Amino acid sequence: MTVTPTRTPPSPRRPAGQAALAWALLAPALLLLAGFTYGPTLASLWQALHTEAPGLPAAFTGADQLRALAEDPVFRQALRNNALYAAVTVPLSVGLALAMALWVQDRFAGRGLLRLAFFTPTVLPMVAAANLWLIFYAPDIGLLNRALAWAGLHGPNWLGDAGTALWALMAVTVWKEAGFFMVFYLAALQSLSPELMDAARLEAPSAWTRLRRVTLPLLAPTTLFVGVNALINAVKLVDHLFVLTRGGPNNASTLLLYYLYEIAFKFQDLNYAAALTLVLLALLGAVSAAQFWLARRIHYR
Amino acid sequence: MSLQTRCLALALGAMSALATFGAAAAEPTRITMYYPISVGGPLTQVVDTLVGEFQQANPDVKVEAIYAGNYDDARTKALAALKAGTPVQTSVLFSIDLHELKDLGVIRPFDDFAKTPEDRAWLKSFYPALMENGVADGKTWGIPFQRSTIVMYYNKDAFRQAGLDPEKPPRTWAELHADAAKLVQKDGATTSRWGVMIPSTGYAYWMFGALTKQNGQPLMNPAGNKTFFNSPKSVEALNYWAGLAQDGLSPKGLIEWGTLRQNFVEGKTAIMWHSTGNLTAVMKEAKFDVGVAPLPAHTEPGSPTGGGNFYLFKSGSEAEQQAAYRLVKFLTAPERSAQWSVATGYVGVSAASYDTPALKTYAAKVPQALVARDQLKVATAELATHQAGRVRKLLDDAIQSVITGQQAALPALDAAQAQADRLLKPYQR
Repeated sequence: MTVTPTRTPPSPRRPAGQAALAWALLAPALLLLAGFTYGPTLASLWQALHTEAPGLPAAFTGADQLRALAEDPVFRQALRNNALYAAVTVPLSVGLALAMALWVQDRFAGRGLLRLAFFTPTVLPMVAAANLWLIFYAPDIGLLNRALAWAGLHGPNWLGDAGTALWALMAVTVWKEAGFFMVFYLAALQSLSPELMDAARLEAPSAWTRLRRVTLPLLAPTTLFVGVNALINAVKLVDHLFVLTRGGPNNASTLLLYYLYEIAFKFQDLNYAAALTLVLLALLGAVSAAQFWLARRIHYR
Repeated sequence: MSLQTRCLALALGAMSALATFGAAAAEPTRITMYYPISVGGPLTQVVDTLVGEFQQANPDVKVEAIYAGNYDDARTKALAALKAGTPVQTSVLFSIDLHELKDLGVIRPFDDFAKTPEDRAWLKSFYPALMENGVADGKTWGIPFQRSTIVMYYNKDAFRQAGLDPEKPPRTWAELHADAAKLVQKDGATTSRWGVMIPSTGYAYWMFGALTKQNGQPLMNPAGNKTFFNSPKSVEALNYWAGLAQDGLSPKGLIEWGTLRQNFVEGKTAIMWHSTGNLTAVMKEAKFDVGVAPLPAHTEPGSPTGGGNFYLFKSGSEAEQQAAYRLVKFLTAPERSAQWSVATGYVGVSAASYDTPALKTYAAKVPQALVARDQLKVATAELATHQAGRVRKLLDDAIQSVITGQQAALPALDAAQAQADRLLKPYQR
């Protein structure tokens, strides 16, 4: 997937009509972006600068909300949790997806079934899946602890212990995401040119060398795409929190977006939520910038 | 919005004009109601039946009853619908959302509607304990519907097995502790049956409110602008709760609200504290002799009330709001309340509901159904403050940090109290 940048030769004089046409063509997209992206962002900024609570008069308070956010222990914990959550779930689910894709790309009996099995978690609705896991994780009556008890081990209170709750959530996420990312890897693997692979087979006898020196570099654009998606999902995918832990115990498994939901909808504090939104936007903006930079290095090699 | 209402009024006027001309097929008044379910059993069907009966008796009204998850979800959905301009005329929401809904200016007092003497009598027909979370500033904002107290479910077979009298459930904290110790069953190193479980997710503050009430300490003042989280009695109550796990009577870590009933009916715990709203589901699922008892006392007996009230919203046309008022009156009438109580285990909301044949027959067969009602005499209001969601979370977090052994009770409750003070200060006019 190499893209050669096409450069239009600089034209000394562009007719005014051409510029008008360009703007006219861009207008619908600009309008939508303004309405659904820039407008709300500015509104968030405006709201973040105010303070109001149910039943109390609103007031302009400048950076107060952001300052409160910086001192909010729950926010800090959510930030830490989310960083750890992303650092663990992104490489794990991407790695697992690659392994599964490599496994099911070859022809063998039962391949279709195995592919289906890997993909099943993805098609399950998140809340239904979370309810299943709630029963898996339940101490005493849960499937997981019953299996452990059968092996003579005493399983922990997975969701009810501050030490294990976040890890239990990560397991659900990896289980859910890996199958989805596998599909991308599978597509990428099947679009690799067979000549290249044949040549690689002649040159390098070891499968590991072929994987490391040929397949993985060729898959790099897919890896980047999947990685960025996994990272965004790590910030975005919080549905299972609603069912599994509600951020508990004592915020041990709170993630940023779930905290944002609580503030905005459970506490009805739109101003504080706006401040948190700005922080989230800045974080995701930084991730996208890093992606653009990385994409150029990968594609143009 | 006002244009919309005006159009609606015009349409309604046109409709009544049509009706006078003898046009039989008048458009029905449409009203929307959200409701939550937080306990087990196929209860949406029961609500549909009750609403169906209302529509049969009131063919001019069409009710859209929407199940909206737990209490928090239901409030969120109702408020989101209102913000989006979709009329919601009434909803069953958390009884303790009162101050917050009032602060947001979205609800109307029932006094606006109750003009006739019999309507005023209806307002007075409910158990006083259930009205504590429904009255503010001398007006009634919430009418009890799915209301509960916490009761103690216990496994009589396990009591017999442990050499305890199944007809004598523990009546004090000390007895609960001693009985639970006898009820714990070990299978080698693992515990195959726990003595007691009190849920610490979902509604941890509610269970804590029961313990502090039993210690003679309310969690807040009636105006909802002051909390008493870190009083010595509250600290003692939390220490007692955390002690149950420390002494091996209860599992370590949090006990999940949603799966606790399953634990109990599978015999994994001999005693559980849970909403009476679960009674019917427990009786149906348990394969052993189920006992239900009032919660034990420390310095005094007691439990907070809980559950959902009907609210009327400032939304939709006056005709729609009147129809919603009729719906609330219908669904909280003694017969319907009895029906609902039998189907769920929630308390009948008025003394009259316990005089109906339906509930009388049922109580004769299932005397456990009367425990929650009898406990109303010693019941107190549930934690309800301004900015309720936030204040509740502060307390929930503090409780959970103590239950999971991250903090001691006093510093955890001190911190929660300090933050609650900061939040509530603006409301202490």
